[in-house]
Amino acid sequence: MTALALKMRRGWRPGSVPLLVGGILTALLIAIALTSLVWTPADPTRMRILQKLKGPLVSGLLGTDQLGRDVASMLMRGAFNSLTTAFAAVAVGAVLGTLAGVAAAANHTLDAVLMRICDALFALPPILSAIMLGALLGPGALTAIVAIGFFMIPVFARVTRGAAMQIWAREYIMAARMAGKGTARITLEHVLPNISAQVIVQVTIQLAMAILTEAGLSFLGLGLPPPAPTWGRMLAESQTYLLQAPHLALAPGLAIAAAVLGLNLLGDGLAARLDPRRRQAS
Amino acid sequence: MLRHFLRRAAGFAVTFLLISILVFCMMEIVPGDPASAMLGTSATPETLAALRAQMGLDAPAYLRYLRWLGGLLVGDMGTSTTYGVPVGALIRERLAVTLPLTGLAVLMAVGIALPLGVTAAARPGGVADGAATLYAQAGIAVPNFWIGLLLIMVVALGLGWLPAGGFPGWDDPAAAFRALLLPALALAIPQSAVLTRVTRASVVEVMNEDFVRTARAKGASVSRALWRHAVPNALVPVITMLGLQISFLIGGAVLVENVFTLPGMGRLAWQALSQRDLIVIQNVVMVFATIVIVVNLGVDLLYTVVDPRLRRRA
Repeated sequence: MTALALKMRRGWRPGSVPLLVGGILTALLIAIALTSLVWTPADPTRMRILQKLKGPLVSGLLGTDQLGRDVASMLMRGAFNSLTTAFAAVAVGAVLGTLAGVAAAANHTLDAVLMRICDALFALPPILSAIMLGALLGPGALTAIVAIGFFMIPVFARVTRGAAMQIWAREYIMAARMAGKGTARITLEHVLPNISAQVIVQVTIQLAMAILTEAGLSFLGLGLPPPAPTWGRMLAESQTYLLQAPHLALAPGLAIAAAVLGLNLLGDGLAARLDPRRRQAS
Repeated sequence: MLRHFLRRAAGFAVTFLLISILVFCMMEIVPGDPASAMLGTSATPETLAALRAQMGLDAPAYLRYLRWLGGLLVGDMGTSTTYGVPVGALIRERLAVTLPLTGLAVLMAVGIALPLGVTAAARPGGVADGAATLYAQAGIAVPNFWIGLLLIMVVALGLGWLPAGGFPGWDDPAAAFRALLLPALALAIPQSAVLTRVTRASVVEVMNEDFVRTARAKGASVSRALWRHAVPNALVPVITMLGLQISFLIGGAVLVENVFTLPGMGRLAWQALSQRDLIVIQNVVMVFATIVIVVNLGVDLLYTVVDPRLRRRA
């Protein structure tokens, strides 16, 4: 590290910059998503054919699409739809994955079985699970949530298993054992609270992954059905008008990138703050 | 070494069986079967039953599972209900697009990430490091299918340099290669961002080790210490990441093939969904999953080639 960079770092705690930028972007995203429930510049589903394919600032802040819908309003509601799907999927993955992880760390037999199941789940990319689920349930929020959430189970399971195993090796666990506490109680009282930081970091990073994947699924028509606006479907519909109305492809893409960037930075910042060992790596 | 290999191969077999059971059960609970899909709604129960018996669909589930599994191992995957051709032949034809596409994407990703990550690691905190960090953060955040759309907009439609979509077939290798360039680049950019980050972190760590300092003390230049001594020792995490990314690469291929209308496996799976061609979905998913676990097995064995220290431990 150069002297200048060191000087610039002085006074900053590790991860401050990503934490700040990521926090602002994420707060903005959540604020926009929530605002869209009570206010959008126009009704995001209202079509005005006479106003179709207008450029940014000509009609509305970000122009209109091929059906004359207001792009800015669609993006705002899209943020809400994208975030709720991502939150639900990560909740599924985090809860089931963490359970599997701490169970695997506590019991050798379970460990072998659960890790094999995780290997199998990890070999099924969410888009493929969504195609299978699409045949079963039809496209929709549930298909997207299950497909993304199940792919995240192995991710959370591996992270929590590794972290939990380190906790199990500590002396205070031995002390708890001597005090007559059972495996379940030790897991609940000592292991889970001590790995919560890693889980929180992982939740943030996986939220970013979930937003990317959800965009891909709705791009393929496997996400929320129309007329609910989604960033992915806006991109899919923009394909026909790439030269005629480039703003239709640019706006949702930048929205996805900003959302994912914000959550990733927040995750990096949290990791640096909560886990000193990762300061060097990030 | 041999024991290590056998243990890995056994793990591979178990994972393969688990996935096949999962996929079979999932497709089993989907309402409707290939026979009713072929005959439509107007068929009488008698003809339906006759066709079912002919297709072997009246057998109990475990028997049909075993038949499917046996067929998979010899490449016999049944007949597509929409195309009327053997699924195995269909998949082989589509793999001739998807495998070169993903292979090219991996090459491009490594070609971008290795020089970028190593240059960044040569001087942590320097200009190149800043640029690489920026590239890594931005690259991870953009969806590959959006990059695809932008490439079509600028390179194909705007500048007219490369085709915007479609695939001419391998009879004309040059044209086929040109058709794969943009989609492969769209797949490669997010992958290269992740790899850049891992490469940088790994090389930085190795550069701090004693043997690199010894090499410098012996008079090796910075670039020789970097490329000859540090990089080979920093490759294991990079290769691990490459293996982990295969799932994302395959998911990305489904998307990018649809953006560029490439007749690959991903597009086949997606079209099979709209045509409710369940037997195609079932087998395409299984082939993709098998590719993922084969690659991970390969990565595992590659470790021992790249890092001889791991051979003794195994």
